[in-house]
Amino acid sequence: MTDARAAAILLAKELRLEFRTRELLNATIVFALVVIVLFSFSFDPTAAESRRYGPGLLWIAFLFAGSLMLHPSFAREQSNQTLDALRMAPVSPFAILLGKMLANFVFLSLAEVVLVPVFAVLYNVSIAGVIGRLIVVLMLGTLGVVITGTVFSAVSAHARMRELLLPLLLLPILAPLLIAAVEATASLFAEQPALDRTWLAFLAGFDIVFLTASWLLCDFLLEE
Amino acid sequence: MKARFTITALIAFLLFFGGYAALFIAPDERTMHEIQRVFYVHLPLWAAMYSALLVAFISNIGWLATRKPMWDWLAVSAVEVGVVCCTGGLITGVLWGRPAWGIWWTWDARLTTSFILWLLYISYLLLRGLLEDPQRRATLSAVFGIFAFLDAPLVYAANRLWRTQHPAPVLFGDSNSGLDPTMGKVLVACIVAMLAVMVLVLVDRYRLERLRYEVEELRFAADARTADSNSVTARGAL
Repeated sequence: MTDARAAAILLAKELRLEFRTRELLNATIVFALVVIVLFSFSFDPTAAESRRYGPGLLWIAFLFAGSLMLHPSFAREQSNQTLDALRMAPVSPFAILLGKMLANFVFLSLAEVVLVPVFAVLYNVSIAGVIGRLIVVLMLGTLGVVITGTVFSAVSAHARMRELLLPLLLLPILAPLLIAAVEATASLFAEQPALDRTWLAFLAGFDIVFLTASWLLCDFLLEE
Repeated sequence: MKARFTITALIAFLLFFGGYAALFIAPDERTMHEIQRVFYVHLPLWAAMYSALLVAFISNIGWLATRKPMWDWLAVSAVEVGVVCCTGGLITGVLWGRPAWGIWWTWDARLTTSFILWLLYISYLLLRGLLEDPQRRATLSAVFGIFAFLDAPLVYAANRLWRTQHPAPVLFGDSNSGLDPTMGKVLVACIVAMLAVMVLVLVDRYRLERLRYEVEELRFAADARTADSNSVTARGAL
């Protein structure tokens, strides 16, 4: 079985599992919504202000939501002892990791699809004209979050206090991604919206660096 | 033991000499005067930190490639020493920043990178503390260590790209262009002294880690023997 096919099967399994209950997705969306609403109390969300702070708080909400959402990715397998079954399956560890990354990418993207319009309404940001370019930025940023997040979910799954540990490991690593994603989003929300290619390239670079690292290190990540 | 004492004494002398040179031999700096002398502690601390973190990175790869416990001992020792140097560098930087720039802290690329690195390696140490099984602890923390090290240039690049659009305070002139030759020599002496201290502490910390491992092994063996003798007694009673 090729890696791609194995990853696709695993992705289907993850999606089926999640859409039976949708508990992870619902909790993530509500959590991010709470963050966005609470931010509106910390400063005056008028049009000019929100253009300046909006992209930052949007990405902070995504990062916080992601760092909580990614935790069950491996912890769920751990508590049901299904990780051993996955390990015994005749597929490469990278296929397992890739399947999980893709599933997490789908979950976080779905959350963003709900949250971005809500954010646009609450903070009076017009996204209609830049929606295509915004999707590119969101996708590249989300990829970076799920690549590192899925790996660290596997790292923290074996630790004590793992719920607290994952954000602790993940958020500092994501600092450069946060800067790039916020700047790219801010240039789209500006008076004259423009796609900042430097930051887009930076986001792509971040994704490539850590995807390659995950590919090289995935054997160690999933060993017993 | 005698060799150890000699080496420690030598490094203590080197450190003393570095301190003396920084305070009395190095010429006065034109704009910052005496305050600038913190530079001879500050820069060597960073040199020591980056060397220690490089050692940690190599050790992480070494563990994953060979599975020899020495690499794990070296990795944790290097990260601990690196975090101490990083803390020292941050504190001396803040103390220097206040009189030189008028502010304690600025979100310049170098400062931010150091701060994020400090957070990352603190997380590394926390992660190690929360993983029980020694084999797994070594492997998973090595993976995280490699990710953290790869992140450092990205943090630096992101901050460089971002902040250069705003005027940011410069750390010390343009690279080393304005450095007085005597200052350069004193600086080299201080860097050598600090690196020597770093290596000394690293070696000591490594020894401690090895001893801990040996104690663990012995305790395990002793437990096995006690368990065995209990079963022998039980067998005798039957």
